[in-house]
Amino acid sequence: MKYIDEFRNPVAAEKLAHKIKSSGTRMRIMEVCGTHTMAIARSALRPLLSPDVELISGPGCPVCVTSDTDIDRAIAISLMPDVVLATFGDMMRVPGSESSLSDAKAKGALVRVVYSPLEALKIAKEQPDKKVVFLGIGFETTAPAVAATVLKAKDENVSNFYVLSLHKLIPPALKALLSTEDLHLDGLILPGHVSAIIGSKPYEFIPREFGIPCVIAGFEPLDILSAISMISDMKKTNPAVEIGYARAVRPEGNPKALNVMYSVFEKVSALWRGISEIPQSGLDLKSEFAQFSASSFDVELPEPKEKKGCVCGDVIRGRVKPNECPLFGKSCTPESPVGPCMVSSEGTCASYYIYGD
Amino acid sequence: MKDNLIKISHGGGGLIMHRLLNEEIIPVLSDRAQTVLEDAAVLDAPGAKLAFTTDSYVVNPLFFPGGDIGKLAICGTVNDLSMRGAKPLWISVGLIIEEGFSIADLRKILKSAKKAAEEAGVAIVAGDTKVVERGKADGLFINTSGVGVIREEPLISVAKAKPGDALIINGTIGDHGIAIVTYRETFPFKVSVESDCAPLSSLVETMLASGEVHALRDPTRGGLASALNEIADASKCSIEIWEESIPVRDEVRGICEVLGLDPLGVANEGKVLAAVKSEDAEEIVSKMRSQKYGSDSCVIGKVLEGPPGEVRLATSIGSRRILTMPSGEQLPRIC
Repeated sequence: MKYIDEFRNPVAAEKLAHKIKSSGTRMRIMEVCGTHTMAIARSALRPLLSPDVELISGPGCPVCVTSDTDIDRAIAISLMPDVVLATFGDMMRVPGSESSLSDAKAKGALVRVVYSPLEALKIAKEQPDKKVVFLGIGFETTAPAVAATVLKAKDENVSNFYVLSLHKLIPPALKALLSTEDLHLDGLILPGHVSAIIGSKPYEFIPREFGIPCVIAGFEPLDILSAISMISDMKKTNPAVEIGYARAVRPEGNPKALNVMYSVFEKVSALWRGISEIPQSGLDLKSEFAQFSASSFDVELPEPKEKKGCVCGDVIRGRVKPNECPLFGKSCTPESPVGPCMVSSEGTCASYYIYGD
Repeated sequence: MKDNLIKISHGGGGLIMHRLLNEEIIPVLSDRAQTVLEDAAVLDAPGAKLAFTTDSYVVNPLFFPGGDIGKLAICGTVNDLSMRGAKPLWISVGLIIEEGFSIADLRKILKSAKKAAEEAGVAIVAGDTKVVERGKADGLFINTSGVGVIREEPLISVAKAKPGDALIINGTIGDHGIAIVTYRETFPFKVSVESDCAPLSSLVETMLASGEVHALRDPTRGGLASALNEIADASKCSIEIWEESIPVRDEVRGICEVLGLDPLGVANEGKVLAAVKSEDAEEIVSKMRSQKYGSDSCVIGKVLEGPPGEVRLATSIGSRRILTMPSGEQLPRIC
């Protein structure tokens, strides 16, 4: 078993697609996670299911939901003297109010692309005369590794390592979204990686309060087709949260990772692009780890500037499809993105642009 | 161009670099009104047609599994000449060395370059050496230029693919880019992928002798996806390729999954993509397979009439989508 080919079998895909379509009900399903959005586009699942199943993308792209103010803060910190800003590559070309980290780097800012927060800690140890700031962007999947790195920094007395924590939590965002928008959803495909950490319980309010069936899914084409089939079987009459990704997700999640995460971080209110400020939806360092926090660095931020015509916020909320945006493919392309959804490797607009809708 | 500073993505081999070339560089430097971006220029000399090309190498790290900057600098230029159907003959080597660079490493790199030149059958006939202060270069940069002679008519060109042609690749894709990025000190775990870096002159000679070849492209930066789009664009035709037929190593596919990369957009340094007359495809593939750098050769798609410049990918689960030109390389300094 190679764990890839088995989940890309065209015969099984055809069977599942046939089963979904022969159920005869039209369904509108949101895939919450950006990795699902990309997988759907890359395998071209939409044409297989159309027109019976409409797939709309949700708020699960961490880069996309980061607000302009937070991006501006990261850029301003990167331009401080003696600062090295370490970031995942995905953030480099995301536009803030006036520029991006990539622009800042071309101007001389020390921006390093890293694969893990531990690499940022290594840079801090190698360059004790610099303040090394790790740009913490991500959901429950990323936060435990960042927490473990902070614990290691404390353990090893590294005094020049900092985290700008912009981490966000998925369940509160879903609650805010479902409470404010009437999206007429028949089902939710829930993120596999986030759920590997938090389990299935934190989503139980969705079927209970909103009557929407949910399936936690893996990222291969057959995982996604099978999740849609499970949603179709459940129907709205008997909604529940089911795990379709049992090879990675347990109902209780990963308690060890959660313990590490909550030993370092605490829930705070956070600003989501397109959704607004959501209480208890972000993670910041607890007071005993304040020495590692870059949130208090004194920087001057540019005036927030509205990006004329950009509807990334509506795309994130599932209200507008990328090709309904007036800028899509015209003034906004992956080469010169106006909004983050066009540049992130998990962005809905990027997926529509690169792979077609 | 909108930007006022050069960024890493301007060197990525994708659309962003094409914009730099087409808007800033070519209009100023080129005397030719309309330039198709070929791998090498074809020049009329008295009594002969010559192919001429140049390339600079800034790979980091300098030594990597399957090669080093010396071998890469010879193979890259040899391959660019081969993509015009030329027999590579002469090559120049320019070195820009940073103060403090190890002489032992320099010796190793030069030996490796010499060995690659011998294998490719080219003579290193000119050179230049500069040393810059510490911090003003990163160890060693190499520029090579090459001249080859063209015996075949009609000319092989990225613009000559024809509807009906079969598309051939000579083996697994994405090996070079993944070998480099996983070998970098900063990569969190070790993987055993070797670069495919190799001189393709002899393989291309075999291909030309076994059937009618129309277009050749080496899918370096920007990977197979860029090369396919370049052929479809320049030849004003459509292309269909079959995901299932494209050879990709399991390790390469695995690393691409982890990094969120598409193997079709990852660089190669020993691959050739060919558009050939479909009746000749079987014979060409069979002759390629008997060669060292062609043992995994196969047909991966075909050229069609249809919207010019469009590349369609039949996905392995039985659906279809557009395969676009990557916008910029996500892995800088891989060649």
